[in-house]
Amino acid sequence: MRIVLTRRDDAPAWMALVSPLIAVALTLLSGAVMFALLGLDPLKALGVYFISPISDGWALQELAVKATPLILISVGLSLCYLSNNWNIGAEGQFVMGAIFGGWVAIATHGAANGPWVFPAMMLAGMLGGAALAMIPAILKTRLSVNEILTSLMLVYVAELLLDWLVRGPWRDPKGFNFPQSVMFDKEAQVMRLMADGRINLGTPIAIIVVVIAAIMMARTLKGFEIRLVGAAPRAARFAGFDEKRLTWTVFAISGALAGLAGIIEVSGTMGQLQPSVSPGYGFTAIIVAFLGRLNPIGCLIAGVVLAITFIGGENAQISLRLPLDVTRVFQGMLLFYVLACDAVLNYRIALVRTGGAAA
Amino acid sequence: MLPAPPLIEARTVVKRFGALLANDHVDLSVAEREVHALLGENGAGKSTLVKILYGLLQPTEGTLLWQGAPFSLRNPAEARQRGIGMVFQHFSLFDALTVAENVALALDGNESVARVSDRLAEVSRAYGLPLEPGREVWRLSVGERQRIEIVRCLMQSPRLLILDEPTSVLTPQECEGLFATLERVKAEGCAVLYISHKLEEVRRICESATILRHGKVVGNCDPRQESAASLAEMMVGSKVAPARHDRLTTAGEVRLAVTGLSLPSPDPHGTSLREVGLEVRAGEVFGIAGVAGNGQDELFAALSGEMLAEAAGTIRIDGVATGRLGINARRLMGGAFVPEERLGHAAAPAFRLSDNALASGHATNGFVQRGMIDRAATRVWVERVVKAFDVRKGPRDPEAKALSGGNLQKFIVGREILRNPRLLIVSQPTWGVDAGAASLIRQALIDLSRSGAAVLVISQDLDELFEIADRMAVIFHGRISSPLDTEGLRREAVGLLMGGAGFAADAVDEAA
Ligand SMILES: Nc1ncnc2c1ncn2[C@@H]1O[C@H](COP(=O)(O)OP(=O)(O)OP(=O)(O)O)[C@@H](O)[C@H]1O
Ligand SMILES: [Mg+2]
Repeated sequence: MRIVLTRRDDAPAWMALVSPLIAVALTLLSGAVMFALLGLDPLKALGVYFISPISDGWALQELAVKATPLILISVGLSLCYLSNNWNIGAEGQFVMGAIFGGWVAIATHGAANGPWVFPAMMLAGMLGGAALAMIPAILKTRLSVNEILTSLMLVYVAELLLDWLVRGPWRDPKGFNFPQSVMFDKEAQVMRLMADGRINLGTPIAIIVVVIAAIMMARTLKGFEIRLVGAAPRAARFAGFDEKRLTWTVFAISGALAGLAGIIEVSGTMGQLQPSVSPGYGFTAIIVAFLGRLNPIGCLIAGVVLAITFIGGENAQISLRLPLDVTRVFQGMLLFYVLACDAVLNYRIALVRTGGAAA
Repeated sequence: MLPAPPLIEARTVVKRFGALLANDHVDLSVAEREVHALLGENGAGKSTLVKILYGLLQPTEGTLLWQGAPFSLRNPAEARQRGIGMVFQHFSLFDALTVAENVALALDGNESVARVSDRLAEVSRAYGLPLEPGREVWRLSVGERQRIEIVRCLMQSPRLLILDEPTSVLTPQECEGLFATLERVKAEGCAVLYISHKLEEVRRICESATILRHGKVVGNCDPRQESAASLAEMMVGSKVAPARHDRLTTAGEVRLAVTGLSLPSPDPHGTSLREVGLEVRAGEVFGIAGVAGNGQDELFAALSGEMLAEAAGTIRIDGVATGRLGINARRLMGGAFVPEERLGHAAAPAFRLSDNALASGHATNGFVQRGMIDRAATRVWVERVVKAFDVRKGPRDPEAKALSGGNLQKFIVGREILRNPRLLIVSQPTWGVDAGAASLIRQALIDLSRSGAAVLVISQDLDELFEIADRMAVIFHGRISSPLDTEGLRREAVGLLMGGAGFAADAVDEAA
């Protein structure tokens, strides 16, 4: 017996949209089973996970704060994945953005500084993320080094660099030896939008990025180039598109967006640099990108869905005494079901009996 | 005794793709040990029908009978178990694996590679199809790759062998080898269902034929009793005229000049260009003949700008050194290009026709304004190409892969010719195109040249070059012969050149 997958040529287009919905439904179903096995009331537990994060204004603000980095990063990753560039090091580019942007805040700390500080931090953050992302891009185009490995390994480089900085040169001298930087000045923090709650300027920025990316992919030649290079590289060369230059471009864009997410997170919600600045946004954004069909609007929706699992996880930790790892289980199941639904809908699956047939 | 029922029979088979009727109540019957031709224009529904017989597509309506008994096929594995083998036009082989590993993967058993390798050697010897089981596929020519697919089918002792346009990718010598194999296969008691647009070879090897037009059967005949012209007439429903070709009276100025072009192939198994020189003048069709794999791909890549020359001056368009310019810069100078490979090179399979029009025309056709795509303009352009070149397509703007092979070819040629280029470089312009459409494309190439463009045609089809070229040269091991006037040229002379006679001794040495 063996399993044979043959591609369906007649898969209708609406399947691409239905498949993530089925995946979400299956995830909820599996979650219910898991809670039942853990001896919890499945409905109540699912309520804590998926309803409580959207139940009131304060929770919705938290949701926006968590969804913002996921959306920013996943939009950039989608451009990479569509063009066959497998950047999976967004977590490191996020951290590098936090470091570069944080440096501006720390360097200007206490000095009389003006409204230019915050834009400068954002620019520096984007630069930092893009700079780190360019390393795998250049290695790929110049030396044909696999970008999956290099981009992933650079995550650890960035994390360790941050760890060293906040324990060493950038440690707050008045911080009782805690490994953290000084609190950023008010000018160096992202503007809050509401008096009560943490929603900040980052969320509208993410929405603007989504709109720009959606227009770019649907209407501009650049977007067409990205899709063509990924779908048919030889046809793209015939169209006169430069694959290597595009690799640089998409890595730079996705690195810059991850870096932007990093500095917004640090200056918006933490207000200082700490040894760890991300609960894994850079990796979760990979799930967001695929759940969102590598489409900017899709990433916006999927980013909210994944943000719910983050907050639901925190709530469940408090009210159900469940470990935070359950969040990871949900995210893993979601990715699994998305990919599985795609496979089942796009391929005909047949069990083929073996032995004897080849007489 | 009753006459034996046919080996396989299709009765009133209907296949719909949305609103399109690809097969409209088709009846087909193939007798035991018969070599049966399936003929029809591009898009007539031939590939669709044989995919149904191989279990790859499910019919919308109709029944299949095997030796008189109804049966159905859920997938190709069931077809193979029944003894139906199929060789596709585009092979599905893994380049990095060996011949034996590829065959072992495709067989429905779990035999060890070593055993498969033994059986493969045995079968290939028995049928006179030389194949080394241990060689990697990327080292093999197209003909050898096709041999793998044929041997794979033969290893399962088929009762019916289906071949979809097997010879359109083969050199004349390889075709002869294939015909000899089919003789053997038939002698072993296997029937053959054969699709081809080359009517002369159909007349030679097939005993009966079913002719499709617009998805319907329009006739059955014995091709040996027909002429190529009468077969073509049945397919199209009217007479097919050969391309009209006036003598070239005045060749214009030199439009494309190549001098001393040497270019190492980036592909380790490719052919490097050596000291290539040629001139194409405004107003003429210039042919490049040659056996596949002698540097045609590299020549196309160098002339189109997909691969840059080492020195700018080795390629000149209208006297301007363009060797270091990319393909879009050359398009802006009036160049247009049609590569050999339709799917994946000339067109992206999963992209709509309008997007494929955008791909080759974004620099020249005004489809893009300030970075923004004008979708309406691309769709209008598609409609113009479709009308001018009679491209039969189902929906308004289908994906390239939903077009039949020949109709896609008409689209990618038409897309370039309609731009009125000053220089057109086209490789295998009528690959897998039916007689009527081939004549349309050839006429368009001649007309383009007569309107003042320079046309360079790279083709393995000598008949085609003799029909349309004013002058031709032969490519051999990356070198190009001096040009010959087609008028008064003997085919034998070209044949000798294609075999390497007359080229510098060192070129022939490298061949050895
Ligand atoms: N998967 C598909 N979806 C939609 N239409 C299709 C599909 N496959 C084939 N068609 C359409 O069905 C018709 C018949 O196509 P088919 O490939 O059988 O033609 P053909 O006779 O093999 O032509 P050719 O000689 O050009 O290969 C064409 O109009 C084609 O566009
Ligand atoms: Mg066909």
